[in-house]
Formats: sequence, C-alpha cells, structure tokens
Amino acid sequence: MRQLFASAWVIARRDYVTTVFSRIFLLFLLTPVFPAIFGGVFASLGGGDDAGGRTVPLVVIATDAPSAQSLVAAHERLRRRLGPDALPDLARQPAADDGARLLADHRHGYDAALTGSLDRPHFLLGAHAPSSLSEDVGLIVDTARADRALGGAAPVPVALGAARATAPPETATQDRTGIAKAGQTGLFIILVMLAGMSLSTFIEEKSNKVIEVLAAAVPVDAIFLGKLCSMLAIALTFVGVWTVVIAGGIIAFKPAMLMGLPTPAVGWPTFVALLIAYFVGNYLLLGAVFLGIGSQAGSPREIQVMALPVTMLQLVLYGFASAGVAHPDRWISIAAALFPWSSPLAMIARAAELPALWPHLLAILWQIVWLALALRVAAGMFRKAVLKSGGSGWRWSKTKTAEAVESIFPP
Amino acid sequence: MTGLAVEAHSLVKRFEGQRAVDGIDLAVPEGSIYGVLGPNGAGKTTTLRTLLGIIEPDEGWRKVLGEQRPMRAAPRVGYLPEERGLYPSMQAKEAIAFLGNLRGMTLADGRRRALELLEEAGLGEAAGKTIRQLSKGMAQTVQLLGTIVHRPRLLVLDEPFSGLDAINQQRLEGLIRAQVADGATVLFSTHVIAHAERLCERISVIAKGRVRFDGTVAEARGRLPQRVQLTTRQAEGGWRAALPADVAADGRRFTFALPAGGIEPVLEALIAGGAGIEALSIERPSLHEAFVDLVGEPVPQPEAGEVVP
Repeated sequence: MRQLFASAWVIARRDYVTTVFSRIFLLFLLTPVFPAIFGGVFASLGGGDDAGGRTVPLVVIATDAPSAQSLVAAHERLRRRLGPDALPDLARQPAADDGARLLADHRHGYDAALTGSLDRPHFLLGAHAPSSLSEDVGLIVDTARADRALGGAAPVPVALGAARATAPPETATQDRTGIAKAGQTGLFIILVMLAGMSLSTFIEEKSNKVIEVLAAAVPVDAIFLGKLCSMLAIALTFVGVWTVVIAGGIIAFKPAMLMGLPTPAVGWPTFVALLIAYFVGNYLLLGAVFLGIGSQAGSPREIQVMALPVTMLQLVLYGFASAGVAHPDRWISIAAALFPWSSPLAMIARAAELPALWPHLLAILWQIVWLALALRVAAGMFRKAVLKSGGSGWRWSKTKTAEAVESIFPP
Repeated sequence: MTGLAVEAHSLVKRFEGQRAVDGIDLAVPEGSIYGVLGPNGAGKTTTLRTLLGIIEPDEGWRKVLGEQRPMRAAPRVGYLPEERGLYPSMQAKEAIAFLGNLRGMTLADGRRRALELLEEAGLGEAAGKTIRQLSKGMAQTVQLLGTIVHRPRLLVLDEPFSGLDAINQQRLEGLIRAQVADGATVLFSTHVIAHAERLCERISVIAKGRVRFDGTVAEARGRLPQRVQLTTRQAEGGWRAALPADVAADGRRFTFALPAGGIEPVLEALIAGGAGIEALSIERPSLHEAFVDLVGEPVPQPEAGEVVP
C-alpha cells in the first residue's frame, strides 16, 4: 500500500510539474479570457446598430400642447405602478400633422408617432415597431382622457402594503434558485473545460513509449492513481487562480456586488466548502471514467473522436441535474442526487435551496462509495490497456521476424 | 553460497490464444551475465516483461531477487526496454533523476547521481539539455544511465545493443562488466550472437516461446560435432568412399562433421587412395552455428546500421 501511494506521488508530481510549469499552461490558464474579450468586442460592435442598446421603444408625441401635457403626466403615473420597462419612452415635439415625416427622420430613431389631439389622436407605427405598441400608447391615451374627464378630481393612488398570510418560506425563493443554478452551471462549465483533459493524459506515455518504463518500475494502479491526482491538482490550480483573480477583482473594484447577493440556505461558508467538496467529487468521478476510456485509445485521433460523446455525456448529466433545480424535493431532483455522476451537481443546487446538512453528508459518503467502485473498474480498464500495449509489441515483432526471414529468402 | 537472482518455472503467457511464452524455465545465478538469445519474435521480450511483473504469467511462477511478486523487488531492479522511451521535454539530468525516483530514490539524490553519471559518460554538458535536443545515441545513453542510477542489484536489458554504433556498443559492454564487478547481476536479451559470445557466462536460447538450450557458451558449441574442411588435389577416386555420408562437396573442397572414430581412419584411406591432401582443418563450431542448429531457422541478419565487431 505504501509503495502504491509513494509511486503514485512520483507519477503525480512529474505530471503536475511538467504541466503547470510550462508555457502552454499559461495559455490554458488564460483560456477564459478569450471568450470574455471576444464577447466584449462583439457586444460593442453589435451595440452600434442597436440605437445605444435601448430596449424600450420611443414614441414621439406631436399633439397640441395641452394634450401632450396630460399624456406625459398619465405616462408618468402609469410608469410608477408598472415599472420602467412596461411602457414606451415618450419624446415631445411641437405639434405636427405628418407623423410619417417625423418617423422618416432617422436622427431621433422614433418607433411610432402620435399626432392630433386627445380627442382625435392619429397614431403611426414605424416599420420595425411591434404592433403591440399601439395598445401600450392606447392605455396612456385612455388614462389621460380619464384624468381630463375627472377634471383633476382623480382619487389619490392607493397604497396596499405587502402584508402576507404567512411568512415567506425559507426555501425555493426566486433568489436562491438563482444561486442554485449559478453554482450548478459554474461547476458544470469548469468540469467540461477540465475533465476532458484526462481523456488524453495517457496518450503521452503511450506515444513516447515511457509507459513501459513506468509499468516496470511501479504498479499500474499507482500510474492510474498518480495521473488522476495530478489532473485534479492541475484543475484545482486552474480554479484556484481564477477564484483569486475574480474574487480579488470584485472586492477591490466592485465590493457592492457582494452586498446584493442572496445567502444560500446553508450559509456562505458551508456552501463554499460544499462547492469545493462536490467539485472534487465530480471531477474524480468523471476523471476516473475518462482516464479509463482514454486509455483504450491508440492515437490522438481516437481521443478526438471520443471527445464529443464524452462532452455530450456531461451535458446530459447537467440537464438531468438542472431539471429539478427549482423543486429540490421532486422525484427528478432526488433521482439526480442519487445517480452518482449527477449527484454533485444536484446536491450543490440543494445546498443553495435547503438548509438541512445531513443529506450532504449522506451524498458525500455515497459519492465516495461510487468513486471507489469507479476507480476499481477504470483502473482495471487502464491496466488491461497498458498490458495490451505489450501485446501489440508482440505482434509487431512477429511481423518483423517475417520480414527478416523474407530478407534472407525472398519469396 | 551464491543464490539465484532470477528464477522462473514453466512460465506460460498467451496472447489472443497464441502461446507467446510456452513453458519457459530460467535460472540466473547472482553476479553473472546471462544472455537470452533468440530470433526476433521468439518470446524474449515477453519473457522479460513477465519476469519483471509488467505482465502476469498465465501459468508457472517466477522469483526476482527472492521476491515472488517482482514489483516488490522493483527498487533493486533496473530495466532498459527494447522500445526506449523518455519524456522529450525533460532535461537529461531530470530524466535520469525521475527514473531513479520511480525506483525509490529521492529526486535530490537522483539529480546528484545523474550529474556524476553524465560526467563519467562524457555527457556533462548535456545535463541541462532536453531529451528532444539530444541525438538518438545520446538519448539512449541517458536512458541507460537512468536504468543504473539507483545502483540496481539486477539489471535487465532488452536488446541493449540494437541501434548503437560500434563505439557505443563497446561502451555498453564495459558498463555491463562494471556493473557485474560491483556485484550486480545482468540479464539481457539479444538476437546478435557476437555480443552473447563475448559477454555471457551462461545463455538460454529461446525459439517459439520455448527454451531450446540452457548452459554455458562452451556447452552450446559442444553440442555440435567439430567440422572438418578438406581440400584435395584429385577430384575423384576410390578414396571418396571413405568420406562420411554427410559430406558436402564443392569441387575439390569437402566439408563434413568429424566422425565419431576420429579423423585418422579417413586420412589413412585418403593417403592410400592417393587423393593428395592440399589443406585440412578441424574447427570448433561457432556459437552462430550452434544457434542455427538450436533454433532450426536462419538467424536474422544484424539490422542495417548495426555493427557487429
């Protein structure tokens, strides 16, 4: 046993040091920056023809002055109740007859024009405006007319308060579902980026023939364990660096972002601890399987062919785990928590939504049991693959004999 | 009393139904240089891999440095595989230290000893270069140094001479002898007989997964009768009846195995018949001939670029 761990340590240290202290790892570490940069560039390019990124339509009011005044007042009152996005923005222009000309003036970017008066409104939609805009503007006109009819004797807006029949439930609030989803998605994205690496980690030794030296010096299980541990350490390095960068950036430049965050049901310290535990669990569970599968490949090409189904598999697991995220006690959530490979993803969502800690203890134990099983099976596959590389050597030398014989006795 | 460094009994290993190793027995005495000879594909590599515990035998058992499970002896064993392999991006010094590390040395000790070994081998300036930057011969030397960095008691070398030029072959022979002088045991495989003939105290000849011969080089030669080469002045005559039945004639040159009764009766008949003896020699068979006789198939020629002194 001691030889196993000592040997695994030698293998893991070599893998870790060679990977992390290489120029290519810096590139790997910077990978997340590229989508961010491109995202920013494309957003700014796309933003140019989106009228400054405005999402609320702009309607020009070119009625007579009293109508315009009451329209703007009605608009303001409605907005206070409905929120800033429910109604279009209004812009005032001197009274005009020709709405079409106002719309044709592209400098302003009006989506619709209202001319005439409150009694005889003329409404004209721009070419790209949604037709529902006429209903929205209609509501403003109706309200303005009602106000005018009441002659300023309109009742004061009522304040209803926010009393509840019972206290808001601790669980499954909108905010916590958000945290649950964010935790799950974050975990998944990191896993997709990193777990795939373990598919190809064995091909290096196979192609440069080092595997024979390794297999002669240390038990094959130690090679397997060492590779898995170094992959985990590399992944944790990656995650650690980015966590420090992002957390440091937020604390230094935008500490306010942290204030608005809802607290996960289990509390932040426990949630973070569970996040790490489930990341390690999920990484090892997937990594063991991928290492086992990857060892079956004979060439980098075969690894590439395997990469797609393996990513698909992860997507399916993610879909399974996220299906029940809003309802942690439904059967689908329980099933996702029970299935070992989706369990970490499902349980981190649960940690955000439900305060009970014992299911996590149970889940972690459950995952450890499965990890032990997966390690055994995958190490078996790995061992067979390593030994098979000897088998091919045997076949190779047989053909070499045939060649040698032929060189002496040409057929 | 010297014991056995390696012991194997009735080892059998099948690959896809075929018996790559078919009941092999081996006994390698401690402190000896032991050669495993055989044509390519005879099962030499599979035998060595089984001995080292890289693969498990289907039948039979083996003992390496007294351990039933060869992996337990791994820190005391050095192995140079036929297909050499090092991490190309590693420095020579680091590669040697890593191989020592695998066999239970600390990395610091490994580095220190790597520098000594490289210096001794005249490769001191290559210590900081990566394997990728080294020539093939240098990389092979680095791997060999990595094989002995932890001062193994048993050195297993699979076709160590293949791919080496004459000078490096000589160096390797010197290194093997030095290891044995330090008390180590060397077990190596080869299909080039000259090396075995010069180095080995004992050999096993393997063909088709079986041991055809096990003993000293002299014993292997002794298995074949001595050869008689005879050249006569006359081509024909009654004296020809006196030559043994297995004679091969080439004009006036005759070759045959030394008869059980000695050469004298043949000579008497030749002189009486007036054959006229121009040349006569009686030679011990070479190991090469013994090998061909044992294996029962032609010996592959040395690989192109390989020099057999």
